[in-house]
Amino acid sequence: MNFPILSSLILLPSIGALFLFFTKSDKKKNFTGKYVALFTSAVNFFLSIYLWILFDPTTSEFQFVEERIWIKDLINYKVGVDGISILFILLTTFITPLCVVSVNNSIKERLSEFLIAVLIMESFMIGVFCSLDLVIFYLFFEAGLIPMFLIIGIWGGARRVYSAFKFFLYTLLGSVLMLVAIITIYWLNGTTDVVELYNSGIDIKYQNLLWLAFFSSFAVKTPMWPVHTWLPDAHVEAPTAGSVLLAAILLKMAGYGFIRFSLGLFPAASEIFTPLIYTLSVIAIIFTSFIALMQEDMKKLIAYSSVAHMGYVTLGIFTIQQQGIEGSIIQMISHGLVSAALFLCVGVVYDRMHSRLINTYGGIVSIIPKYSILFMLFTLAALGLPGTSGFVGEFLILMGAFKDNFLVAVIASLGVIIGAAYMLWLYKRVVFGKLINTDLKQMFDLNRSELFILSCLAVPTLFFGFYPDPLINTIEVSISDLIDQYNFKLASKT
Amino acid sequence: MENLQLVLPEIFLSLSIMFLLILGVFKKNSSRLVQSLSLAVLIVTAVITFNETIGINETKLFNNSIIIDYLSSLMKIITLLAAFLVLIISSNYLKTFQIFKIEYPILILSSVLGMMVMINSNDLIVFYMGLELQSLALYVLATFNRDQIKSSEAGLKYFVLSALSSGLLLYGCSLIYGFTGSTNFNVIADQLNSNEYALTFGIVFILVGLAFKISAVPFHMWAPDVYEGSPTSVTLFFTMVPKIAALTVFIRFLYVPFLNLIDQWQMILIFLSIASMLFGAIAAIGQTNLKRLVAYSSIGHVGYALAGVAAGTNDGIQSSVIYITIYILMNLGLFSCLLMLKRDNNYYEKIDDLSGLSKNHPILALSLLIILFSLAGIPPLAGFFAKFYVFKAVIEQSMYFLAIVGLLSTVVAAFYYLRLIKIMYFDEQKEKYDTDHGFWLKFSLTASTLLILIYFIFPSQLIEVVSRINII
Repeated sequence: MNFPILSSLILLPSIGALFLFFTKSDKKKNFTGKYVALFTSAVNFFLSIYLWILFDPTTSEFQFVEERIWIKDLINYKVGVDGISILFILLTTFITPLCVVSVNNSIKERLSEFLIAVLIMESFMIGVFCSLDLVIFYLFFEAGLIPMFLIIGIWGGARRVYSAFKFFLYTLLGSVLMLVAIITIYWLNGTTDVVELYNSGIDIKYQNLLWLAFFSSFAVKTPMWPVHTWLPDAHVEAPTAGSVLLAAILLKMAGYGFIRFSLGLFPAASEIFTPLIYTLSVIAIIFTSFIALMQEDMKKLIAYSSVAHMGYVTLGIFTIQQQGIEGSIIQMISHGLVSAALFLCVGVVYDRMHSRLINTYGGIVSIIPKYSILFMLFTLAALGLPGTSGFVGEFLILMGAFKDNFLVAVIASLGVIIGAAYMLWLYKRVVFGKLINTDLKQMFDLNRSELFILSCLAVPTLFFGFYPDPLINTIEVSISDLIDQYNFKLASKT
Repeated sequence: MENLQLVLPEIFLSLSIMFLLILGVFKKNSSRLVQSLSLAVLIVTAVITFNETIGINETKLFNNSIIIDYLSSLMKIITLLAAFLVLIISSNYLKTFQIFKIEYPILILSSVLGMMVMINSNDLIVFYMGLELQSLALYVLATFNRDQIKSSEAGLKYFVLSALSSGLLLYGCSLIYGFTGSTNFNVIADQLNSNEYALTFGIVFILVGLAFKISAVPFHMWAPDVYEGSPTSVTLFFTMVPKIAALTVFIRFLYVPFLNLIDQWQMILIFLSIASMLFGAIAAIGQTNLKRLVAYSSIGHVGYALAGVAAGTNDGIQSSVIYITIYILMNLGLFSCLLMLKRDNNYYEKIDDLSGLSKNHPILALSLLIILFSLAGIPPLAGFFAKFYVFKAVIEQSMYFLAIVGLLSTVVAAFYYLRLIKIMYFDEQKEKYDTDHGFWLKFSLTASTLLILIYFIFPSQLIEVVSRINII
């Protein structure tokens, strides 16, 4: 296989963006621009499906590896996928076309610029998930800030400036320490190649500090309590498509980073800091669930629920159990689908009523039934009902947690109940009840593109809920190998 | 007879300056001609420098008082090219203010000559001579818009403070001469053994003088006022060209005679670097004038360049040179944008004048966006790599404190760059600006933006160019 499939995945959206940049389509309602974007992202999606078909799940080796000299004697451009990263690439390529379709309703001005930002974002995100060199990873990880800053700032709501700045500065502050750590690793080991670092291991003296530096970046990005406060602001002010990108893909970079780098490179430090992660995760699960319960803004509620869900993810990762990590990855994929769908659901009613407040709504089930059904499905998926993908993830995570630490697992399980409470209560207040606000009667049900997007998200949510095997088969070997490596390094003290 | 062809660039440049001066005096209305000839002179000098000196081994001339090596040749070429670009994009600005006169290119040429002497110097006297030549030209340049009170004030302020710092510098030179018996860098290096503590005083005084010239905190006070008051094209010159020469002297002065005293001066440099990075970042936040803001941002960037020098290794020096090169590129783009903010023969330099630029002038705004993100050091733009190399050199010396403070101050600095982006992209639009810019202005903006944008595709080239710098 000589065709550079991963580089094509990274480059294709950028080329599409470049093409869009040179297409003048402002006069004709931006139709051409949208089709260009849709076409590129769809091609990218099929390319990634092709990648998944070619992918060999029986080995934990990196596949489709490409290596080129980039900065001589310093950094090589190296990309590749294994079972851990491939699903995130699929998620990215799957969500982006849906975002492109969804702009119909929400983005009124500067459409082609918005699409350029989304496509460039896709390039960077795919880059994050398949880079096998720390510097390349950092490059993509940070570069994603630029388009997201612009998406929130230009197309956002009333407090967009505040939110965009908060988002940018929080994440930048988190990640500069990671840069120090990366350079230090280069200085210690003479390379930033992840595969070589896996083999050689990192001096145990430095691991704790390096782990903390990486943690500071990932914790902000995840986001973990107490550095999660940028997320609700960013979500609330971002346009629907921006929220979807943010929730579905951006948050996953940190979870991926924890698995790939924190566990892979610093096993000794991970062992030491596991209690820290457990504590923060449990606080995130319980505390932000309670906060979510009290929200009056729908987007904010879902944003806080994201923090809680990511709490499960970090908890699962640091159980260092097969089930725990598998569960975390499936939870991330599932959260990517479900939170994207929920943000789109909020976007649907927001486009009609221009209000995100819960008490604006109530009793809309009889007016827009199709919407209510799909919203119901995603609400249930978010609270982890068996039969949806949310259940598989949460169940596996809790199973792993019970193996590792009983108390943490019990508290985390309680979080599931609060999760159910706020999601169901949200649904009840928005969809059921008496129709008091008579303006709501003018709402029309889902149009074709909205129905299409939400169904696209509903199918995998249900499918992987009933039949998670394709996901688990893909990640299983990589994870068991990761855990073996982890335990081996821990035993041999490197 | 000495090998004169190695100083041919300087000889050619000084003869050309005299010729142009005479031409300008005797031929009426010759400013356009002098301008074109000066551009040609700069290019020819750069070509001569490239041909005659780039490949040769380290050579010392005139009783070892001048050194020609790879560092000096490279820095001279960068200086000449930067001066060329400044000169070529400033003509429209000068015409608007009716100060398009023969003196302008000639003064720029003279200061460039001074810088070349500084870069070549291997002797305190030669170095001081070059420094004064460039400073004198710069004082006059700062006051060039002489009908404007701000410009005159800037020049005067610069003159008084600069004279003070020159005095300190000279005092340091005399101390060093007193304790070592020589002004030659190599002789000083040989004499270092005994009276080290006394010499430290000399080093400190000279560093103060140099820090003043490169506008590093705490000797930066003149920079915002002078940058604001001077004509914009001169500010562009100030922010770019003298810094190259000053950085070279920093490197040469610290690494040739005083390498053995590294423990003494490293602390000072770390302090200068940290103070500049932090102060540049924090003080820029409150600015409302773009030129003042650029002044503070340049103070911050000087801090990063000095961090590389502070590392005390060849890697560090190389990273500083890379940093200053990329910084010049970004500054060129930034000022090209500033020079485009023109409406009805009026140049706008308030931050709010950028308001809604993205709607009226999308291409200009996009370029400025890229340049600002690059200045903030966000990957994958060139500014990130500049910082990356510097911090790589710093961390290799285990100077974590410097690296962490430096990187944290990039976060603070990101705030004011983001604020500019916010004003351009998120705020309401104002009146349109003129679009009939000269070819070279458009060219320099496009070229610098594209280079910043695609630098990540070919990062090795610049490294290869500087990797031949070998001082230690």
